[in-house]
Amino acid sequence: MKRVVLPPLVAAIIGLLLWEGLVRSLQPPSYLLPPPTAIAAAARAELGALAAACVTTGRSALAGFALSAVGGVTIAIVLSTSRLVERAFHPYAILLQTVPIVAIAPLLVLWFGVGPRAVTASAFIVSVFPVITNTLAGIRSVDPNLRDLFRLYGASRLAVLWKLELPHATFSIATGLRVASGLAVIGAIVGELVAGFAEGRPGLGVLVMTSYRQLRTDLLFAAVGCSALLGLALFAVVGLGAWLALRRWSPAMR
Amino acid sequence: MPLAVEMRSVRRAFPRAFPRAFPRAFPRAFHNASHEEREVVALDGLDLTVEAGDFVALIGPTGCGKSTLLRIVAGLDRPDAGEVVVDAAEREAIAYVFQDAHLLPWRTVARNVALPLELRGVARAEREAAVAHALAQVELSDVAGRYPAELSGGMRMRASIARALVTRPRLLLMDEPFAALDEITRHRLDERLRALWMEHRFTVLFVTHAIFEATFLADRAIVFTRRPARVVLDTRIELPEARSSAIRGDPAFARAASELLEALERGSDGDRASPLGPDRETPRAGERESR
Repeated sequence: MKRVVLPPLVAAIIGLLLWEGLVRSLQPPSYLLPPPTAIAAAARAELGALAAACVTTGRSALAGFALSAVGGVTIAIVLSTSRLVERAFHPYAILLQTVPIVAIAPLLVLWFGVGPRAVTASAFIVSVFPVITNTLAGIRSVDPNLRDLFRLYGASRLAVLWKLELPHATFSIATGLRVASGLAVIGAIVGELVAGFAEGRPGLGVLVMTSYRQLRTDLLFAAVGCSALLGLALFAVVGLGAWLALRRWSPAMR
Repeated sequence: MPLAVEMRSVRRAFPRAFPRAFPRAFPRAFHNASHEEREVVALDGLDLTVEAGDFVALIGPTGCGKSTLLRIVAGLDRPDAGEVVVDAAEREAIAYVFQDAHLLPWRTVARNVALPLELRGVARAEREAAVAHALAQVELSDVAGRYPAELSGGMRMRASIARALVTRPRLLLMDEPFAALDEITRHRLDERLRALWMEHRFTVLFVTHAIFEATFLADRAIVFTRRPARVVLDTRIELPEARSSAIRGDPAFARAASELLEALERGSDGDRASPLGPDRETPRAGERESR
């Protein structure tokens, strides 16, 4: 544990000290680059707003992530039923990945209105693709001999899916979910930049925009830091879940 | 003895794994190519009958079509031509053991062994009794709750055999099941398998390219040529029914083995080099699908 935690911690401390030292000696305007101490002070002063923003954004990101997990796996199962279905629809699944979310965000506002629903939709769109491809890859990589074995013992299509394909794909699904967890937070924040300005509690994306407009760069940094922490937290939770689910049988998890 | 399996002039060929662009890029070369160059003939005009309750070893060079034969008997593959009849009672109770254990890594040993019964909808209580019995037969009762990743290769293979036995098979198809194991483990499993056969008298088709293993296990040995598989030698192995490892030192054992070896060498001669380079092994189901 010491070896895992200590080196990055030391690197962070050195980096922050350098940052602080440079800013103090060169004295750039504070709206360009505030020193870490100023950021920390701003974070402490606005702790309530930051925490509330984290909750708002976290909620949307989590909802979007849950939708991608369920939706992505379901879509992948449907795509895996036949080569024809996969050929017909997989390109559009890729489209989800290639269309920039910033470009469709206004559309989401039109469809869902300003507020958490549009933000959740944005988080979903950004994070669903890795779940689909990884699940599909997992299902596709089932050993043909095992498929033969199931066929020999007269397994139904449902039994093959439930007892062979999905358990076999668990490992790649977990990979997909880990990637998706980080992306969901990104998607939520990008969504908030466009669609987050609803009544009620502002999310991190909104906080970023308002502090930018007010040239409160220290608060902006604090908000960015919070988004990173939020993404990290979701990633860690998903990683822990995957580890708990897979540790017994997967050598890669030991 | 009634017949368990009857094959008459069976043919099975697979399209050669050409790159998709080959016919378009080299149309002339492709159209001039003979049948033989365009497809891999695994079996051609093969006749084979197997009596119920016999232990038959199928010996031949690697990639000679033995696995294809086994898959056809199992109903996992169909011949292009010819006739295959598997006795109805035997067909109902086929078990298949692969070269590797092919256990499901997310299931414990006991639940792996239970799988065939689960797929056939056998009730839980009955399932548990059958699993316990099958595990006892391969001496794995004490690791029933372990996961495959926690076992040695030999133990995994025994679990795989238990999974085959749990269905009380009438026809046991084994495709080089012990090929990946070390010599000592292999000898032990050979002995175990022979003892199980003595007890249950199922029909066994045992594919191998190991002469001594075939001699030790089988009562009838069939030696095949290189692809397409043709029978070079079909002989009974005249050794006592109950066999222990000591029999490997018996002069009769050595005689039987050398007869098989000689036939195998005869069948491997006349190695026709393909103008299109070495073939791969017979394509598997998954690969065919993707073409």
